[in-house]
Amino acid sequence: MTVARPTADTAELAGAPQPAPAKRKKIRTGEGRLAVTLVAPTVILLALVVGYPIIKGIYQSFQSEPGLDPTTGFFSNTTHWIGLTNYKHWLLQQCATPGGGTTKCPTGTLGSQFWSSMWVTIFFTVVTVTIETVIGMCFALVMHRAFKGRGLVRAAILVPWAIPTAVTSKLWIVIFDPQGVLNKTLGTQTAWTSSQWPARLAVIIADVWKTTPFIALLILAGLQGISADLYESARVDGANAWQRFTRITLPLVKPALAVAVIFRTLDVLRMYDLPWILTGGSNGTTTISILVVKQLNVGLNSASALSTITFIVIFAIALGMVRLFNANIVGAQAKGAK
Amino acid sequence: MTTATVSVPRSTTAETVHTRPPFRWGTFGNGLVIALIIVWCFLPFYWMVVLAFRENAYTYDTTPWFTHTTLGNFRYAFNTAFNQFGRSLVNSLIIGTVVTVVAMVVGVFAGYAMARLSFRGKGLVLAAILGASMFPGVAILTPIFQLFTNFGWLGTYQALIIPQISFSLPLAVYTLTSFFADMPWELEQAARVDGATPGQAFRLVIFPLAAPALFTTAILVFLASWNEYLLSSVLSVGKASVAPSTVAIANFTAGPHIVPYTQTMAAGLVVTIPLVIVVLLFQRRIVSGLTAGGVKG
Repeated sequence: MTVARPTADTAELAGAPQPAPAKRKKIRTGEGRLAVTLVAPTVILLALVVGYPIIKGIYQSFQSEPGLDPTTGFFSNTTHWIGLTNYKHWLLQQCATPGGGTTKCPTGTLGSQFWSSMWVTIFFTVVTVTIETVIGMCFALVMHRAFKGRGLVRAAILVPWAIPTAVTSKLWIVIFDPQGVLNKTLGTQTAWTSSQWPARLAVIIADVWKTTPFIALLILAGLQGISADLYESARVDGANAWQRFTRITLPLVKPALAVAVIFRTLDVLRMYDLPWILTGGSNGTTTISILVVKQLNVGLNSASALSTITFIVIFAIALGMVRLFNANIVGAQAKGAK
Repeated sequence: MTTATVSVPRSTTAETVHTRPPFRWGTFGNGLVIALIIVWCFLPFYWMVVLAFRENAYTYDTTPWFTHTTLGNFRYAFNTAFNQFGRSLVNSLIIGTVVTVVAMVVGVFAGYAMARLSFRGKGLVLAAILGASMFPGVAILTPIFQLFTNFGWLGTYQALIIPQISFSLPLAVYTLTSFFADMPWELEQAARVDGATPGQAFRLVIFPLAAPALFTTAILVFLASWNEYLLSSVLSVGKASVAPSTVAIANFTAGPHIVPYTQTMAAGLVVTIPLVIVVLLFQRRIVSGLTAGGVKG
C-alpha cells in the first residue's frame, strides 16, 4: 500500500501566480533593499548578544586564569595564551600542579566531574526524550480522536508548560520529601533527593511531567494536518489499525515529531534549573550547565572552555539529529515563509 | 478579534461529527486516557494549591482536599523580613516588559521581511536566527558574566535584560514569520483595488488581521522571559533588589527551624496564577503560536 504524500509542489500550484519575469527583477532589487533594512536590526542585535559573547568566550578559553602564576609565584592580573590547556583540563582531566606540571584531577574537584556530568546529561536526555515522545504520542493520538472535552484537555496541557520550572522544581521538592505525599501514598521510605538513582529518577519524573503534554501538543498539531480521507481509503483497502498507524500516521507526522524531538533534546541537554533547585546537583545529578555555573566562581577562562565544549557538543548533536531525521527545519520554515 | 486566529485545519471533525457511534470499548478507553491526561496535568498543580492554603504545622498531612486552611502563607511570602518576594514580582514585570517590547519591536520587521519578501541570503538569516534560539544559555553565560563584571553591571537591570534578548528575539521572529506567512495578504491587494489608500489598507485590513498574531507572540515571549532562571540567577549575583521571581522562589527561605514548604507553595501560586489565567484565556491562540513553527513539514 502506498500513500501519496502531499508535497510542496501541490501547495505551490495553489498559491498566487508568479509575476511576469521582466517585472519581477525590478521588484526583487527594491524588495532586497527593504528586506535588508527590516532584517538588519535583528541580525545586529543577535550578533551583539549571541555572536560576540560566543567569539569572546572561545578567545578567552585559550587564555590562562588571572591569579597566582604557577611559574613565578607572583599574582598577575594579565592572562596569556596557553593553547589547549583549558580544554585538556576538562577533556583529559589534567589539573595543574604547583610545580607547573599536570596531574590527574583529584576526585571532588570540578575538573574531575566533567565526564560524569556529560554522561548524566546525555542519560537524562535519552531517557526523558524517549519517555516523553512515547507517552506524548499516545496522548496525541487519543486527543486527536476525542471530540468531547478537547478544549478542556488542550487547556489542561498548557498548565505544566506555563508554570515556571523554578516553581515546579520547588513543588517537586515538597512532593519528593522523605515525609512527603509521594512516599506516604506509595508507602515507601525512599530518600528521593539524597541518594543517586532516586535523585536521578526524581529529575526524570519532574521533567517528564512538565514536557510530555507539550510534546503531545506538537504531535497533535501534526496529526491534525493529516487528511481523514487517507485513513478512509486505507480502511476500504483493508488496512488494520496497526497498519494505518505505521503506514499513514507515522510517516506523515514525522516532520512534526522530528521538530518536537530535536527541540526537546536541545532543551534537556542544557537543563539547569530543575536539577539545580531539586537536588543542588548532588548525588550524580550535576548536568553540564550546573558544572559551568559552579566553575564561574573558580575560573572564568576555564569556564569559557567548558562553555565552548558544551556548545560544540550540543551543536554536533543538533546537526546529527537533523541528519538522522532528515528534517529540514530551516527549509520547512523558508517554504512556509514563501 | 477571534476570527483571524491561525487555526489548525479541522477536516477530521467535519467528517465524523454527525455520526453518533454506538458504545464501544475503544471510545471508553479514549475517555479514560483523556481523564488521565487531565489528572496528569492538574494533580501536582492541585497539590500546590492545597498546600498553599494549609497551615504550616500540617505540611505533611496527606489529606487530598483543603483542610486547616489559612491565608497566613501568603502574608508570610510577602513578609520582607525573610524574602523580597513582592519586590521580585515587580522585577519580573519590569524585565519581562522591556524584553517583550524590544523583541517585538525589532522582531516584527524581521518577521515581516522573512514571511513576505524574497531576498538573497534569506535561508542563511533564518538558519542564524534558529541557531541563535537553540544556543545553550551556558554558552553565552560565561563570556557575558566576564563582560558584565568588567562593566560593573552584575546585579543591575540591564545585566538581566540584555542577555534575555538572545532567546526572546529569535522566538519572536520565528513565531511571527510563521504567523505572517499564513496571513491572507491578498486582502491588502483587494482593499487597494477597491480604492483604499496604502495607509487605509494597513490600518483597516492588515492591522486587525495581524493584531492577534502580535498579541500571541508577545504572550509567548513574555512567558519565556518570566520563566527564565539560569541567566537571571547568575547575573543577579544574589541582589534581591533586581532578582526576578524565579530566583526569589528558588532561594525562598524562612526563619530557623521552619520548613517553609507551605509558604513557598503560596509564593509559587502567586507567580503561577496570572500565567495559568492567561494560558486558559488564550489557550487556542497560544497553541497555534506554539505549533506554528513546528508543523510546516
